[in-house]
Amino acid sequence: MSADPSGRVAVTGLGVVAPGGIGVKAFWELLTSGRTATREITLFDATGFRSRIAAECDFDPALEGLSPREIRRLDRVAQFALVCARDAVEDSGLDLGAAAPERIGVSIGSAVGCTTRLEEEYVVLSDAGRDWLVDPAYVVPHTYDYMVPSTIAAEIARSCGAEGPVALVSTGCTAGLDAVGHGLRLLREGAADIVVAGAAEAPLSPITSACFDAIKATSPDNDDPAHASRPFDLNRHGFVLGEGAAVMVLERAEDAHRRDARVYAEITGFAGRSNAFHMTGLKPDGREMAEAIRAAMARAGAGPDDIDYINAHGSGTKQNDRHETAAFKRSLGPRAYEVPVSSIKSMIGHSLGAIGAIEVAASVLALQHQVVPPTANLHTPDPECDLDYVPLIAREARLDTVLSVGSGFGGFQSAMVLSRSGRA
Amino acid sequence: MSGAVAVTGIGVVSPSGVGADRHWASVLAGRTAIGRITRFDPESYPTRLAGEVRGFDERGHVEARILVQTDRWTHLGLAAADMALADAGVDPARLPEYDMAVVTAASSGGTEFGQREIERLWSRGPRHVGAYQSIAWFYAATTGQISIRHGMRGPCAVLCAEQAGGLDALAHARRLLGEDARLALSGGTDASLCPYGLAAQLASGRLSRGDDPARAYLPFDSHAAGHVPGEGGAMFVLEDDAAAEARGAASYATLDGYAATFDPAEDRGRPPGLRRAAELALADAGAEPADIDVVFADAAAVPELDRRESAALCALFGPYGVPVAAPKTMYGRLYAGGAALDVATALLAIRDGLIPPTVGVRRLADDCPLDLVRDRPRPAAVRRVLLLARGEGGFNSALVVSAPRPSRARPAHNGGGHGHEPTDPGRPEAPAA
Amino acid sequence: MSPLTLDDLRRLLREAGGDDLTGALEGAIHDETFGDLGYDSLAVLELSGLLQRERGVEIPDEMLSGLRTPRQLLDFVNSGHALR
Repeated sequence: MSADPSGRVAVTGLGVVAPGGIGVKAFWELLTSGRTATREITLFDATGFRSRIAAECDFDPALEGLSPREIRRLDRVAQFALVCARDAVEDSGLDLGAAAPERIGVSIGSAVGCTTRLEEEYVVLSDAGRDWLVDPAYVVPHTYDYMVPSTIAAEIARSCGAEGPVALVSTGCTAGLDAVGHGLRLLREGAADIVVAGAAEAPLSPITSACFDAIKATSPDNDDPAHASRPFDLNRHGFVLGEGAAVMVLERAEDAHRRDARVYAEITGFAGRSNAFHMTGLKPDGREMAEAIRAAMARAGAGPDDIDYINAHGSGTKQNDRHETAAFKRSLGPRAYEVPVSSIKSMIGHSLGAIGAIEVAASVLALQHQVVPPTANLHTPDPECDLDYVPLIAREARLDTVLSVGSGFGGFQSAMVLSRSGRA
Repeated sequence: MSGAVAVTGIGVVSPSGVGADRHWASVLAGRTAIGRITRFDPESYPTRLAGEVRGFDERGHVEARILVQTDRWTHLGLAAADMALADAGVDPARLPEYDMAVVTAASSGGTEFGQREIERLWSRGPRHVGAYQSIAWFYAATTGQISIRHGMRGPCAVLCAEQAGGLDALAHARRLLGEDARLALSGGTDASLCPYGLAAQLASGRLSRGDDPARAYLPFDSHAAGHVPGEGGAMFVLEDDAAAEARGAASYATLDGYAATFDPAEDRGRPPGLRRAAELALADAGAEPADIDVVFADAAAVPELDRRESAALCALFGPYGVPVAAPKTMYGRLYAGGAALDVATALLAIRDGLIPPTVGVRRLADDCPLDLVRDRPRPAAVRRVLLLARGEGGFNSALVVSAPRPSRARPAHNGGGHGHEPTDPGRPEAPAA
Repeated sequence: MSPLTLDDLRRLLREAGGDDLTGALEGAIHDETFGDLGYDSLAVLELSGLLQRERGVEIPDEMLSGLRTPRQLLDFVNSGHALR
């Protein structure tokens, strides 16, 4: 198959597992309602932790169609991913059984892989941390599959019958965006004709909470969990951990049109840069994120005036929101003050490696419905964050082109441009 | 971009030696670097052998403030990256910051660091988890730290495909160089020889349980019974070949072809994907099987997997149709570092015109009719190499690398290849040139 | 518990952020910033964690970023204002 570096790529199927609602409909309904899905942690006993809030998915694997063996074998993250992939494929109308398997690829993102099962198994093997040497006699089958995150992509590949290139992208909190971007590349270089792309994360486990507690990155506003995620608000105190997944079916636009597929949106540009500054710290000038945005827009053939909505990273930490605001101003100039910007993390928390894909899903749905989801909990503006963040209430808008951005530990900065179908 | 991507620098941290020259000297000597695990007492484990990077002077390679916030896997990666940059004669501070990319393969991440922190959490409480757990264990840590250390602000990436990831990372770096990157630092390292790491590997069912380092890891042998795990890996500097030539940099090889495929589920009744990965990589390189001088095998040493790999090689090359190398018999299967170390070893084979030996194998399995180069290096004009790597779960990757023109090539060591260099003394037992 | 001394702090800094043996922690460092001494925000967070675990000293979030030098940190910890 010939490569087409500038080829348009269509999103033809979508599956989402998110806090507040399983499935695309419930997800979009939550986002447009402005309700939040952040609550006291229930998935483990969070007594003694600094931050005891999370955005959890009310997910019953059996109800979602997973078999007993799948439920036993798969960490929660892979369960999310599998359900989303199946939903996305069904939604696309593609009969994967009729497609050439070697032309189906997979690209999935996850920052921390199968943390939950890894930790659970460790507790047993080490007898609650008493035995550094652990006891190999207690090892259960699949423990190795939990240690390597590639398992998640492998499970989806097997489920879809994909025999083309399969990738697990693990660039921290930009993994979700980057995995979709990787899928874009696979299609453009002709390595696959169909790519199942997205990301998943189910990090709600003691070790994850503890590690963010240690650097005071998560919100300690435990007495008001529903309002604890406050991107861009003056009184923001950190992010709220979340979990979830989003998977899309990607095809070259001409293939999608040829089979009369319903096209949600087209991905027109993607780029990544790194700040090479600090593993967790961000400078206030946002220059490297601005570079990623510029590069993505250039590849999309879009200028600042073409951007109708920015789906922000908006994690709700003091430094991120300030960094990101600066990046929008640097890359879009005066247009930054005109474009609506919102962070759905205000409603569904920060699911690390998954959130980038979930935010692409939100961007796709925004284009489909011509509605901008709001930033919830934004009551007190921060003078340093002085853009239009669409506080509290969703807004109808004419949307042709959307920018989705992400930022993560390790310095990764990523940006993606999406357009309504049919527009270059 | 001219299109061709050259490798201009290599950095190796291997159980066979820290530094490409030490590693290569040990490999050519046919010396096994597998031994009883020393990082912890493996007595209660059915697998007690591994390829460890002994005597790795982490304080000599990495500043203390970085050491405390990173796992050993990242220490090895930082060291290998530094060596690759030095070998390539590149100073990142002099290059446009956004034109430099970092792409690593990861597999189990900061395993030992993570085990320590989880242990503290469960034995003493959540307040005992430190500030560095959030940046040391996750799979992106090594790429992030390398990027920061060298001010590389271009597109950076992390790919996980277990033992196949190293080839995927290099291919991705090649891809980025075809976009707007000018230089890429790419490869992979691994360090999962801690108790929980080893215990988890046991669950894969693929670890050898032998106690004799010389006979524990026997790919394609009738007594194949699993692999020996190892730690380490390699990092490379990749550049557009024309740009490398313009700055007077010698080249180890060009990365000419690549492909990745995935195996079908068992019940689909379809063939595994390794052969197709090799064919697609050859096609990408514009090469025929007859052009390949040696295949660096995945060499899983699990009878069924050996059979499949042999079948793929026989289908492409005919029985005994191409020399096959598995030097990993001397140092183990290095997961995220494994394929990268294979590439480093292959590049040295090209440079010196020597196919490295596979050790320990006494009798090929009946279903593995391969020209496995055993016990001693074989002099040969190594101009094109096919590398194969399979990641647990069904990943298959293949890479074709080609020797540069003689005028561009790195001078050979030890009397082979295109020229002469003084013998690197390496370890005391290194062979004479 | 006896007051936290500068030597105590040196030891904790080394543990929290490593020690490159350059002698940066020797001598009169009371008014050098942690940054100038080679210890970034994560190292200081790690230090505060060590203080909490070893001495039960809790430095409130809003105070921590304002304690930029050994003198400021020692004064705060030894003042009795730190929570226990």
